[in-house]
Amino acid sequence: MLAESAFFYTFITLAFYEVTSIIQKKIKQAWFNPLLLTIVFTVIMLVAGDIKYEEYQSGTQIISYLLTPATVCLAVPLYEKLKVLKENAVAILVGIFSGVITSALCVAAVVFIFNLDNTALATFLPKSVTTAIGVGITEELGGLATLTAITIIITGIIGNILAEVVCKLFKIKDPVAIGVAIGTSSHAGGTAKALQLGQTEGAISGLSIAVAGIMTVITAPLFMNLLK
Amino acid sequence: MKYLRQLLIILGITFVGEVLNYYLPLPIPASIYGLALMLLLLCTGVLKVSHVKETSQFLLDVMPLMFIPAAAGVVKQWVVIKPILIPTIIMITVVTVIVMAVTGVITQWLINHSKKGGNGDAR
Repeated sequence: MLAESAFFYTFITLAFYEVTSIIQKKIKQAWFNPLLLTIVFTVIMLVAGDIKYEEYQSGTQIISYLLTPATVCLAVPLYEKLKVLKENAVAILVGIFSGVITSALCVAAVVFIFNLDNTALATFLPKSVTTAIGVGITEELGGLATLTAITIIITGIIGNILAEVVCKLFKIKDPVAIGVAIGTSSHAGGTAKALQLGQTEGAISGLSIAVAGIMTVITAPLFMNLLK
Repeated sequence: MKYLRQLLIILGITFVGEVLNYYLPLPIPASIYGLALMLLLLCTGVLKVSHVKETSQFLLDVMPLMFIPAAAGVVKQWVVIKPILIPTIIMITVVTVIVMAVTGVITQWLINHSKKGGNGDAR
């Protein structure tokens, strides 16, 4: 029955998210993260119910389908904060570039420490950028595109969950700096959180997705040649 | 018909993004072309924020949800992830935190630094 229902999986996904959001508002605990819990519940549901991922995926297509137009809409807060962008253009660009380099160096370090091969290096190098760009880079460098995609998605979720804690811990208080930090490290997944933190944070985070993505397209092949 | 018109504009721009992605030989996805195009239209005044405001606000509000189906795909990739589970976890947690912290600290330092420099020039 569930396999034939066109609405069940989308309904249950929204329901998980809504219920966990309500509980989160009540108990006000940072670890009780609706996004993370919904994913955990979904995974448990798929495994325990022996449900094929493809079945769930086709039932929730409408949700995933909206991601591209939503990313396009990041232009709206960015336009409304264009003045902030212009005033801090150099700091933003240099900041994003430093993040892109840091990401590549950290990935290389983990690959080295765990003695992984070049395929792993190619798979993880673009892990901080938006999925469509990252997957393209991995394919070009000879990594596993499907693994890159899931790594990128979960990086976005982790960025979304940890953004507030990390910014507090490292005393990142400037809204522009927060935006650059989130967008560069965890693309649109983190940006969804940046939008909740404030309009400037969201706008600059959205910009950082595009800039970090394009910078990674250029730098990842150079790192690959240098490190392999 | 406000929402229909707003959705129409957003989907139209997204479609043009897809067309650009298809025909231009650059590794830039449709969403980024669309974002740039939307920004261009807003900056040139062809499009006003009021033309897309509520619908774009809605899409941005529900954005976190859009990652859930793809993230649940981890069950399908489990066979690939299992042998390199520890480094994969480090990549998505520790590395992400380091990148976020380094980027934020450097950007904040640059902003504060340039502000001080700016004041100095004014004096």
